[in-house]
Amino acid sequence: MYLLNNVLYSAVFDADRYTDIAQSSFLPLVKGALFYSIPMTLISFVIGIMLAITTALFRISGIKLLSGIARVYISIIRGTPLLVQLFIIFFGLPSIGIKIDPFPAAIIGFSLNTGAYASEIIRAAILSIPKGQWEASQSIGMSYGQSLRRVILPQATRVSIPPLSNSFISLVKDTSLASTILVAEMFRKAQEIVANTYEPLLLYVEAALIYWIICFILSLVQDQIENKLNRYVS
Amino acid sequence: MLSIQNLHKQFGNLVVLDGIDLNVDKGKVVVVIGPSGSGKTTLLRCLNVLETPTKGNISIQKAHLNFGGKVAKKDIQTLRKQTGMVFQTYNLFPHMTALENVIEGPVTVQKVNKEKAKEKGIQLLQKVGLGDKVDFYPHQLSGGQQQRVGIARALAIDPEVMLFDEPTSALDPELVGEVLRVMKELANEGMTMVVVTHEMSFAKEVADEVLFMDKGQVVERGHPEEIFTHPKQERTRQFLNLISE
Ligand SMILES: Nc1ncnc2c1ncn2[C@@H]1O[C@H](COP(=O)(O)OP(=O)(O)OP(=O)(O)O)[C@@H](O)[C@H]1O
Ligand SMILES: [Mg+2]
Repeated sequence: MYLLNNVLYSAVFDADRYTDIAQSSFLPLVKGALFYSIPMTLISFVIGIMLAITTALFRISGIKLLSGIARVYISIIRGTPLLVQLFIIFFGLPSIGIKIDPFPAAIIGFSLNTGAYASEIIRAAILSIPKGQWEASQSIGMSYGQSLRRVILPQATRVSIPPLSNSFISLVKDTSLASTILVAEMFRKAQEIVANTYEPLLLYVEAALIYWIICFILSLVQDQIENKLNRYVS
Repeated sequence: MLSIQNLHKQFGNLVVLDGIDLNVDKGKVVVVIGPSGSGKTTLLRCLNVLETPTKGNISIQKAHLNFGGKVAKKDIQTLRKQTGMVFQTYNLFPHMTALENVIEGPVTVQKVNKEKAKEKGIQLLQKVGLGDKVDFYPHQLSGGQQQRVGIARALAIDPEVMLFDEPTSALDPELVGEVLRVMKELANEGMTMVVVTHEMSFAKEVADEVLFMDKGQVVERGHPEEIFTHPKQERTRQFLNLISE
Protein backbone atom coordinates (compact mmCIF):
# COMPACT_ATOMS: atom_id res chain seq x y z
CA MET A 1 0.00 0.00 0.00
CA TYR A 2 2.74 2.37 0.97
CA LEU A 3 4.66 1.41 -2.14
CA LEU A 4 1.67 1.99 -4.40
CA ASN A 5 1.02 5.36 -2.80
CA ASN A 6 4.57 6.33 -3.37
CA VAL A 7 4.44 5.38 -7.03
CA LEU A 8 1.20 7.26 -7.54
CA TYR A 9 2.55 10.25 -5.69
CA SER A 10 5.67 10.40 -7.79
CA ALA A 11 3.63 9.99 -10.96
CA VAL A 12 1.41 12.91 -10.01
CA PHE A 13 4.44 14.94 -9.11
CA ASP A 14 6.07 14.13 -12.44
CA ALA A 15 2.97 15.06 -14.37
CA ASP A 16 3.00 18.54 -12.87
CA ARG A 17 6.66 19.00 -13.62
CA TYR A 18 6.13 17.69 -17.12
CA THR A 19 3.29 20.11 -17.78
CA ASP A 20 5.43 22.98 -16.50
CA ILE A 21 8.39 22.16 -18.68
CA ALA A 22 6.21 21.43 -21.69
CA GLN A 23 4.50 24.81 -21.31
CA SER A 24 7.64 26.84 -20.73
CA SER A 25 9.52 25.15 -23.57
CA PHE A 26 6.72 25.43 -26.11
CA LEU A 27 7.30 29.06 -27.00
CA PRO A 28 11.09 28.78 -27.47
CA LEU A 29 10.60 25.75 -29.70
CA VAL A 30 7.93 27.43 -31.81
CA LYS A 31 10.17 30.49 -32.10
CA GLY A 32 13.00 28.27 -33.27
CA ALA A 33 10.68 26.89 -35.91
CA LEU A 34 9.23 30.25 -36.98
CA PHE A 35 12.48 32.20 -37.04
CA TYR A 36 14.88 29.53 -38.24
CA SER A 37 13.53 26.15 -39.36
CA ILE A 38 10.75 27.47 -41.59
CA PRO A 39 12.62 30.40 -43.17
CA MET A 40 15.60 28.12 -43.73
CA THR A 41 13.35 25.64 -45.50
CA LEU A 42 11.61 28.22 -47.66
CA ILE A 43 14.73 30.10 -48.73
CA SER A 44 16.69 26.92 -49.46
CA PHE A 45 13.82 25.42 -51.39
CA VAL A 46 13.34 28.44 -53.64
CA ILE A 47 17.07 28.69 -54.40
CA GLY A 48 17.25 24.91 -54.72
CA ILE A 49 14.44 24.77 -57.28
CA MET A 50 16.04 27.46 -59.45
CA LEU A 51 19.29 25.52 -59.25
CA ALA A 52 17.40 22.32 -60.06
CA ILE A 53 15.71 23.72 -63.17
CA THR A 54 19.04 25.03 -64.42
CA THR A 55 20.73 21.72 -63.73
CA ALA A 56 17.93 19.74 -65.39
CA LEU A 57 18.13 21.95 -68.51
CA PHE A 58 21.92 21.51 -68.54
CA ARG A 59 21.48 17.75 -68.43
CA ILE A 60 19.01 17.57 -71.30
CA SER A 61 20.76 20.28 -73.34
CA GLY A 62 22.75 17.78 -75.40
CA ILE A 63 25.80 20.02 -74.91
CA LYS A 64 28.52 17.80 -73.47
CA LEU A 65 30.17 20.41 -71.28
CA LEU A 66 26.90 21.52 -69.66
CA SER A 67 25.54 18.04 -69.08
CA GLY A 68 28.96 17.04 -67.72
CA ILE A 69 28.91 19.85 -65.16
CA ALA A 70 25.38 18.86 -64.13
CA ARG A 71 26.31 15.19 -63.75
CA VAL A 72 29.35 15.90 -61.56
CA TYR A 73 27.37 18.26 -59.33
CA ILE A 74 24.53 15.76 -58.88
CA SER A 75 26.95 12.91 -58.28
CA ILE A 76 28.90 14.76 -55.57
CA ILE A 77 25.81 15.95 -53.70
CA ARG A 78 24.02 12.62 -53.87
CA GLY A 79 27.15 10.65 -53.03
CA THR A 80 27.99 12.46 -49.80
CA PRO A 81 26.01 12.85 -46.55
CA LEU A 82 24.24 16.15 -46.02
CA LEU A 83 25.77 16.38 -42.55
CA VAL A 84 29.26 16.11 -44.01
CA GLN A 85 28.43 18.80 -46.60
CA LEU A 86 27.26 21.15 -43.84
CA PHE A 87 30.43 20.50 -41.84
CA ILE A 88 32.63 21.22 -44.84
CA ILE A 89 30.84 24.50 -45.54
CA PHE A 90 30.75 25.70 -41.93
CA PHE A 91 33.80 24.16 -40.22
CA GLY A 92 35.96 23.35 -43.24
CA LEU A 93 35.90 26.44 -45.45
CA PRO A 94 37.26 28.81 -42.75
CA SER A 95 40.62 27.00 -43.08
CA ILE A 96 40.94 28.48 -46.55
CA GLY A 97 39.75 31.85 -45.41
CA ILE A 98 36.05 31.52 -46.27
CA LYS A 99 34.09 32.19 -43.10
CA ILE A 100 30.32 31.90 -43.37
CA ASP A 101 27.82 32.50 -40.56
CA PRO A 102 25.75 29.53 -39.42
CA PHE A 103 22.46 30.57 -41.06
CA PRO A 104 23.81 31.36 -44.56
CA ALA A 105 26.07 28.30 -44.35
CA ALA A 106 23.00 26.16 -43.72
CA ILE A 107 21.15 27.84 -46.59
CA ILE A 108 24.03 27.08 -48.97
CA GLY A 109 24.14 23.46 -47.88
CA PHE A 110 20.40 22.87 -48.11
CA SER A 111 20.07 24.72 -51.44
CA LEU A 112 22.84 22.68 -53.04
CA ASN A 113 21.24 19.53 -51.73
CA THR A 114 17.74 20.38 -52.92
CA GLY A 115 19.12 21.51 -56.27
CA ALA A 116 20.72 18.14 -56.97
CA TYR A 117 17.83 15.92 -55.90
CA ALA A 118 15.08 18.11 -57.40
CA SER A 119 16.93 18.40 -60.71
CA GLU A 120 16.53 14.67 -61.27
CA ILE A 121 12.82 14.95 -60.50
CA ILE A 122 12.42 17.85 -62.92
CA ARG A 123 14.47 16.15 -65.60
CA ALA A 124 12.35 13.02 -65.36
CA ALA A 125 9.20 15.14 -65.51
CA ILE A 126 10.38 16.96 -68.64
CA LEU A 127 11.28 13.68 -70.31
CA SER A 128 7.87 12.24 -69.44
CA ILE A 129 6.08 14.80 -71.62
CA PRO A 130 5.23 13.12 -74.95
CA LYS A 131 7.40 14.02 -77.94
CA GLY A 132 4.27 15.13 -79.78
CA GLN A 133 4.06 18.15 -77.49
CA TRP A 134 7.48 19.37 -78.62
CA GLU A 135 6.53 18.72 -82.23
CA ALA A 136 3.21 20.52 -82.00
CA SER A 137 4.96 23.56 -80.48
CA GLN A 138 7.62 23.55 -83.17
CA SER A 139 5.04 23.11 -85.89
CA ILE A 140 3.43 26.43 -84.95
CA GLY A 141 6.84 28.07 -85.12
CA MET A 142 7.95 28.07 -81.51
CA SER A 143 11.63 28.12 -80.65
CA TYR A 144 13.16 25.66 -78.18
CA GLY A 145 12.86 28.18 -75.36
CA GLN A 146 9.26 29.04 -76.19
CA SER A 147 8.26 25.37 -76.36
CA LEU A 148 9.90 24.76 -73.02
CA ARG A 149 8.38 27.75 -71.29
CA ARG A 150 4.87 27.62 -72.72
CA VAL A 151 4.25 23.94 -73.30
CA ILE A 152 6.71 21.56 -71.65
CA LEU A 153 7.47 23.11 -68.25
CA PRO A 154 3.83 23.81 -67.33
CA GLN A 155 3.03 20.15 -67.92
CA ALA A 156 6.22 18.97 -66.25
CA THR A 157 5.32 21.03 -63.20
CA ARG A 158 2.15 19.06 -62.69
CA VAL A 159 4.04 15.80 -62.96
CA SER A 160 6.73 16.89 -60.54
CA ILE A 161 4.56 18.38 -57.79
CA PRO A 162 4.10 15.14 -55.80
CA PRO A 163 7.80 14.18 -55.74
CA LEU A 164 8.85 17.80 -55.15
CA SER A 165 6.46 17.99 -52.20
CA ASN A 166 8.26 15.01 -50.78
CA SER A 167 11.56 16.82 -51.16
CA PHE A 168 10.10 19.86 -49.47
CA ILE A 169 8.83 17.88 -46.51
CA SER A 170 12.16 16.08 -46.22
CA LEU A 171 13.86 19.44 -46.21
CA VAL A 172 11.74 20.65 -43.28
CA LYS A 173 13.01 17.71 -41.27
CA ASP A 174 16.58 17.94 -42.56
CA THR A 175 16.88 21.48 -41.23
CA SER A 176 17.31 19.86 -37.80
CA LEU A 177 20.83 19.01 -38.98
CA ALA A 178 21.61 22.73 -38.91
CA SER A 179 21.67 22.39 -35.12
CA THR A 180 25.11 20.85 -35.53
CA ILE A 181 26.46 24.01 -37.14
CA LEU A 182 25.07 26.23 -34.44
CA VAL A 183 21.90 27.52 -36.09
CA ALA A 184 19.42 28.33 -33.32
CA GLU A 185 16.62 26.37 -34.98
CA MET A 186 14.00 24.32 -33.20
CA PHE A 187 15.97 21.17 -32.56
CA ARG A 188 18.94 23.05 -31.15
CA LYS A 189 16.53 24.89 -28.85
CA ALA A 190 15.22 21.54 -27.68
CA GLN A 191 18.75 20.33 -26.98
CA GLU A 192 19.51 23.45 -24.93
CA ILE A 193 16.40 22.99 -22.82
CA VAL A 194 17.26 19.34 -22.28
CA ALA A 195 20.66 20.40 -20.98
CA ASN A 196 18.92 22.44 -18.27
CA THR A 197 15.98 20.21 -17.43
CA TYR A 198 17.28 16.68 -18.09
CA GLU A 199 14.02 15.74 -19.73
CA PRO A 200 15.12 14.42 -23.15
CA LEU A 201 12.03 12.33 -23.79
CA LEU A 202 9.63 15.19 -23.19
CA LEU A 203 11.55 17.78 -25.19
CA TYR A 204 12.39 15.61 -28.14
CA VAL A 205 8.84 14.29 -28.41
CA GLU A 206 7.61 17.87 -28.24
CA ALA A 207 9.98 18.86 -31.05
CA ALA A 208 8.88 15.83 -33.05
CA LEU A 209 5.24 16.85 -32.64
CA ILE A 210 5.91 20.34 -33.93
CA TYR A 211 7.77 18.95 -36.98
CA TRP A 212 4.87 16.63 -37.54
CA ILE A 213 2.29 19.42 -37.37
CA ILE A 214 4.29 21.51 -39.86
CA CYS A 215 4.57 18.59 -42.26
CA PHE A 216 0.89 17.77 -41.85
CA ILE A 217 -0.08 21.32 -42.81
CA LEU A 218 2.29 21.14 -45.78
CA SER A 219 0.69 17.95 -47.04
CA LEU A 220 -2.69 19.70 -46.94
CA VAL A 221 -1.23 22.52 -49.03
CA GLN A 222 0.18 19.92 -51.43
CA ASP A 223 -3.29 18.42 -51.91
CA GLN A 224 -4.66 21.86 -52.71
CA ILE A 225 -1.99 22.53 -55.33
CA GLU A 226 -2.43 19.12 -56.90
CA ASN A 227 -6.18 19.57 -57.16
CA LYS A 228 -5.69 22.89 -58.83
CA LEU A 229 -3.14 21.62 -61.34
CA ASN A 230 -5.16 18.52 -62.10
CA ARG A 231 -8.09 20.45 -63.46
CA TYR A 232 -7.03 19.82 -67.05
CA VAL A 233 -6.56 16.07 -66.85
CA SER A 234 -9.54 13.80 -66.73
CA MET B 1 3.92 27.52 -104.45
CA LEU B 2 5.19 24.35 -102.74
CA SER B 3 8.04 22.68 -104.50
CA ILE B 4 10.16 19.73 -103.45
CA GLN B 5 13.13 18.51 -105.44
CA ASN B 6 15.04 15.30 -105.02
CA LEU B 7 14.21 14.93 -101.35
CA HIS B 8 16.07 12.19 -99.50
CA LYS B 9 15.79 11.05 -95.92
CA GLN B 10 17.77 8.33 -94.23
CA PHE B 11 17.58 7.04 -90.68
CA GLY B 12 21.02 5.54 -90.26
CA ASN B 13 21.23 3.07 -93.12
CA LEU B 14 17.49 2.93 -93.68
CA VAL B 15 16.48 4.93 -96.74
CA VAL B 16 12.98 6.24 -96.07
CA LEU B 17 12.65 8.90 -98.76
CA ASP B 18 14.46 8.15 -101.97
CA GLY B 19 14.31 11.18 -104.23
CA ILE B 20 10.86 12.72 -103.96
CA ASP B 21 9.79 15.47 -106.37
CA LEU B 22 6.56 17.30 -105.86
CA ASN B 23 5.01 20.56 -107.02
CA VAL B 24 1.79 21.82 -105.57
CA ASP B 25 0.19 24.91 -107.06
CA LYS B 26 -1.66 27.39 -104.92
CA GLY B 27 -5.11 26.17 -103.97
CA LYS B 28 -4.48 22.58 -105.00
CA VAL B 29 -5.04 19.50 -102.86
CA VAL B 30 -2.61 16.61 -103.08
CA VAL B 31 -3.49 13.32 -101.42
CA VAL B 32 -0.68 10.94 -100.58
CA ILE B 33 -1.46 7.24 -100.28
CA GLY B 34 0.72 4.20 -99.85
CA PRO B 35 1.40 1.17 -97.66
CA SER B 36 2.56 1.40 -94.08
CA GLY B 37 6.22 2.31 -93.83
CA SER B 38 6.37 3.79 -97.32
CA GLY B 39 7.49 7.18 -95.93
CA LYS B 40 4.29 9.25 -96.06
CA THR B 41 4.60 10.59 -92.53
CA THR B 42 8.28 11.22 -93.00
CA LEU B 43 7.56 13.26 -96.14
CA LEU B 44 5.14 15.53 -94.26
CA ARG B 45 7.48 15.82 -91.30
CA CYS B 46 10.27 16.87 -93.65
CA LEU B 47 8.04 19.60 -95.06
CA ASN B 48 7.80 21.00 -91.54
CA VAL B 49 11.42 20.13 -90.70
CA LEU B 50 10.33 17.99 -87.78
CA GLU B 51 12.73 15.66 -89.53
CA THR B 52 15.76 17.10 -91.26
CA PRO B 53 16.04 15.74 -94.81
CA THR B 54 19.37 14.18 -95.70
CA LYS B 55 19.44 16.11 -98.96
CA GLY B 56 17.20 17.92 -101.40
CA ASN B 57 15.32 21.20 -101.73
CA ILE B 58 12.10 22.46 -100.26
CA SER B 59 10.59 25.82 -101.09
CA ILE B 60 7.35 27.33 -99.98
CA GLN B 61 6.72 30.96 -100.90
CA LYS B 62 9.47 32.99 -99.26
CA ALA B 63 11.27 30.02 -97.75
CA HIS B 64 13.88 28.15 -99.77
CA LEU B 65 15.74 25.43 -97.95
CA ASN B 66 18.60 23.46 -99.32
CA PHE B 67 19.43 20.38 -97.27
CA GLY B 68 22.66 18.47 -97.14
CA GLY B 69 24.79 21.16 -95.61
CA LYS B 70 24.01 23.35 -92.66
CA VAL B 71 20.53 24.87 -92.59
CA ALA B 72 19.95 28.15 -90.76
CA LYS B 73 17.52 28.05 -87.84
CA LYS B 74 15.93 31.20 -89.17
CA ASP B 75 15.04 29.54 -92.48
CA ILE B 76 13.52 26.59 -90.65
CA GLN B 77 11.37 28.99 -88.61
CA THR B 78 10.29 30.77 -91.78
CA LEU B 79 9.29 27.48 -93.35
CA ARG B 80 7.40 26.36 -90.25
CA LYS B 81 5.45 29.57 -90.13
CA GLN B 82 4.17 28.84 -93.63
CA THR B 83 3.08 25.29 -92.97
CA GLY B 84 0.26 24.23 -90.69
CA MET B 85 0.61 20.70 -89.40
CA VAL B 86 -2.29 18.49 -88.31
CA PHE B 87 -1.19 15.39 -86.43
CA GLN B 88 -2.69 11.93 -86.39
CA THR B 89 -2.93 12.07 -82.58
CA TYR B 90 -3.93 15.77 -82.46
CA ASN B 91 -1.13 16.70 -80.00
CA LEU B 92 -3.21 19.47 -78.46
CA PHE B 93 -1.71 21.23 -75.45
CA PRO B 94 -3.63 19.60 -72.59
CA HIS B 95 -3.10 22.46 -70.13
CA MET B 96 -4.73 24.99 -72.44
CA THR B 97 -8.35 25.45 -73.45
CA ALA B 98 -9.40 25.09 -77.08
CA LEU B 99 -9.09 28.84 -77.59
CA GLU B 100 -5.74 29.03 -75.80
CA ASN B 101 -4.46 26.24 -78.04
CA VAL B 102 -5.53 28.18 -81.11
CA ILE B 103 -4.08 31.56 -80.11
CA GLU B 104 -0.79 30.15 -78.81
CA GLY B 105 0.96 30.44 -82.17
CA PRO B 106 -0.22 33.95 -83.00
CA VAL B 107 0.41 35.32 -79.50
CA THR B 108 3.66 33.60 -78.55
CA VAL B 109 5.33 33.32 -81.94
CA GLN B 110 3.86 36.08 -84.06
CA LYS B 111 3.37 38.50 -81.14
CA VAL B 112 -0.17 39.34 -82.20
CA ASN B 113 -2.14 41.36 -79.69
CA LYS B 114 -3.94 38.93 -77.41
CA GLU B 115 -7.42 40.42 -77.81
CA LYS B 116 -7.12 40.40 -81.58
CA ALA B 117 -5.83 36.85 -81.53
CA LYS B 118 -8.78 35.79 -79.39
CA GLU B 119 -11.23 37.35 -81.79
CA LYS B 120 -9.69 35.53 -84.68
CA GLY B 121 -9.34 32.36 -82.66
CA ILE B 122 -13.03 32.33 -81.86
CA GLN B 123 -13.81 32.80 -85.55
CA LEU B 124 -11.58 29.87 -86.42
CA LEU B 125 -13.21 27.67 -83.81
CA GLN B 126 -16.62 28.69 -85.18
CA LYS B 127 -15.43 27.81 -88.63
CA VAL B 128 -14.57 24.26 -87.51
CA GLY B 129 -17.92 24.03 -85.75
CA LEU B 130 -16.68 24.50 -82.20
CA GLY B 131 -17.94 27.98 -81.40
CA ASP B 132 -19.57 26.62 -78.26
CA LYS B 133 -16.43 24.84 -77.02
CA VAL B 134 -13.88 27.66 -76.85
CA ASP B 135 -13.30 27.31 -73.11
CA PHE B 136 -13.17 23.51 -73.03
CA TYR B 137 -9.97 21.67 -72.22
CA PRO B 138 -8.90 18.96 -74.67
CA HIS B 139 -9.85 16.14 -72.29
CA GLN B 140 -13.39 17.46 -72.26
CA LEU B 141 -13.67 17.08 -76.05
CA SER B 142 -14.27 14.06 -78.27
CA GLY B 143 -11.55 12.89 -80.63
CA GLY B 144 -13.26 14.53 -83.61
CA GLN B 145 -13.60 17.79 -81.72
CA GLN B 146 -9.98 17.68 -80.62
CA GLN B 147 -8.85 17.12 -84.18
CA ARG B 148 -10.91 20.11 -85.32
CA VAL B 149 -9.21 22.22 -82.64
CA GLY B 150 -5.95 20.88 -84.07
CA ILE B 151 -6.96 22.15 -87.50
CA ALA B 152 -7.95 25.54 -86.09
CA ARG B 153 -4.62 25.77 -84.26
CA ALA B 154 -2.72 25.08 -87.47
CA LEU B 155 -4.84 27.59 -89.41
CA ALA B 156 -4.26 30.28 -86.81
CA ILE B 157 -0.71 30.94 -87.95
CA ASP B 158 -2.01 31.76 -91.45
CA PRO B 159 -0.02 29.07 -93.23
CA GLU B 160 0.40 28.91 -96.99
CA VAL B 161 0.06 25.13 -96.95
CA MET B 162 -1.79 22.80 -94.60
CA LEU B 163 -0.26 19.39 -93.95
CA PHE B 164 -2.48 16.56 -92.68
CA ASP B 165 -1.02 13.26 -91.48
CA GLU B 166 -3.84 10.70 -91.38
CA PRO B 167 -6.02 13.17 -89.48
CA THR B 168 -8.92 10.74 -89.10
CA SER B 169 -7.21 7.42 -88.51
CA ALA B 170 -7.25 7.70 -84.71
CA LEU B 171 -10.97 8.49 -84.71
CA ASP B 172 -14.00 6.32 -84.11
CA PRO B 173 -15.76 5.81 -87.46
CA GLU B 174 -18.73 7.99 -86.55
CA LEU B 175 -16.40 10.96 -85.88
CA VAL B 176 -14.50 10.77 -89.16
CA GLY B 177 -17.17 12.65 -91.13
CA GLU B 178 -17.08 15.85 -89.09
CA VAL B 179 -13.32 16.20 -89.59
CA LEU B 180 -13.44 15.41 -93.32
CA ARG B 181 -16.24 17.95 -93.73
CA VAL B 182 -14.03 20.69 -92.28
CA MET B 183 -11.19 19.64 -94.57
CA LYS B 184 -13.42 19.72 -97.63
CA GLU B 185 -14.57 23.20 -96.71
CA LEU B 186 -10.96 24.33 -96.46
CA ALA B 187 -10.21 22.85 -99.85
CA ASN B 188 -13.22 24.58 -101.36
CA GLU B 189 -12.05 27.90 -99.94
CA GLY B 190 -8.82 27.48 -101.86
CA MET B 191 -6.44 26.28 -99.16
CA THR B 192 -3.37 24.50 -100.48
CA MET B 193 -3.22 21.09 -98.83
CA VAL B 194 -1.08 17.97 -98.67
CA VAL B 195 -3.05 15.16 -97.09
CA VAL B 196 -1.94 11.68 -96.12
CA THR B 197 -5.07 9.59 -95.73
CA HIS B 198 -6.70 6.25 -96.35
CA GLU B 199 -10.09 7.91 -96.88
CA MET B 200 -10.48 7.15 -100.57
CA SER B 201 -13.83 8.91 -100.80
CA PHE B 202 -12.16 12.10 -99.62
CA ALA B 203 -9.38 11.66 -102.17
CA LYS B 204 -11.86 11.07 -104.99
CA GLU B 205 -13.97 14.03 -104.09
CA VAL B 206 -11.37 16.64 -103.14
CA ALA B 207 -7.95 15.78 -104.51
CA ASP B 208 -6.51 17.49 -107.57
CA GLU B 209 -3.69 14.98 -107.60
CA VAL B 210 -3.10 11.63 -105.92
CA LEU B 211 0.39 10.41 -105.17
CA PHE B 212 1.03 6.73 -104.59
CA MET B 213 4.20 6.15 -102.58
CA ASP B 214 6.03 2.93 -101.93
CA LYS B 215 9.46 2.31 -100.40
CA GLY B 216 10.30 5.99 -100.27
CA GLN B 217 9.50 6.70 -103.91
CA VAL B 218 6.57 8.12 -105.79
CA VAL B 219 5.42 5.15 -107.82
CA GLU B 220 2.54 6.81 -109.59
CA ARG B 221 0.79 10.15 -109.63
CA GLY B 222 -2.18 11.58 -111.38
CA HIS B 223 -5.78 12.66 -111.24
CA PRO B 224 -7.74 10.65 -108.64
CA GLU B 225 -10.09 9.28 -111.32
CA GLU B 226 -7.12 7.94 -113.25
CA ILE B 227 -5.26 6.47 -110.26
CA PHE B 228 -8.30 4.82 -108.73
CA THR B 229 -9.88 3.44 -111.91
CA HIS B 230 -6.95 2.89 -114.27
CA PRO B 231 -3.74 2.54 -112.25
CA LYS B 232 -0.80 2.02 -114.57
CA GLN B 233 1.56 0.42 -112.10
CA GLU B 234 1.14 -3.08 -110.76
CA ARG B 235 2.11 -1.98 -107.22
CA THR B 236 -0.59 0.69 -107.22
CA ARG B 237 -3.16 -1.86 -108.35
CA GLN B 238 -2.16 -4.29 -105.59
CA PHE B 239 -2.36 -1.59 -102.94
CA LEU B 240 -5.77 -0.37 -104.09
CA ASN B 241 -7.10 -3.92 -104.12
CA LEU B 242 -5.78 -4.43 -100.62
CA ILE B 243 -7.47 -1.38 -99.11
CA SER B 244 -10.77 -1.80 -100.96
CA GLU B 245 -11.24 -5.29 -99.48
N1 LIG C 1 12.72 8.48 -86.16
C1 LIG C 1 12.90 7.36 -86.89
N2 LIG C 1 14.00 6.60 -86.72
C2 LIG C 1 14.19 5.48 -87.45
N3 LIG C 1 13.35 5.03 -88.38
C3 LIG C 1 12.23 5.74 -88.59
C4 LIG C 1 11.94 6.93 -87.86
N4 LIG C 1 10.75 7.42 -88.28
C5 LIG C 1 10.31 6.58 -89.22
N5 LIG C 1 11.20 5.57 -89.43
C6 LIG C 1 11.05 4.49 -90.40
O1 LIG C 1 10.83 5.06 -91.64
C7 LIG C 1 9.95 4.28 -92.41
C8 LIG C 1 8.81 5.14 -92.95
O2 LIG C 1 8.03 5.59 -91.86
P1 LIG C 1 6.78 6.53 -92.04
O3 LIG C 1 6.24 6.77 -90.69
O4 LIG C 1 7.16 7.71 -92.84
O5 LIG C 1 5.81 5.61 -92.87
P2 LIG C 1 4.28 5.87 -93.24
O6 LIG C 1 4.19 5.75 -94.71
O7 LIG C 1 3.80 7.11 -92.63
O8 LIG C 1 3.59 4.60 -92.58
P3 LIG C 1 2.16 4.49 -91.85
O9 LIG C 1 1.15 4.32 -92.95
O10 LIG C 1 2.29 3.24 -91.02
O11 LIG C 1 1.97 5.70 -91.05
C9 LIG C 1 9.49 3.16 -91.52
O12 LIG C 1 10.22 2.01 -91.84
C10 LIG C 1 9.85 3.62 -90.14
O13 LIG C 1 10.16 2.54 -89.31
MG1 LIG D 1 2.37 7.56 -91.10
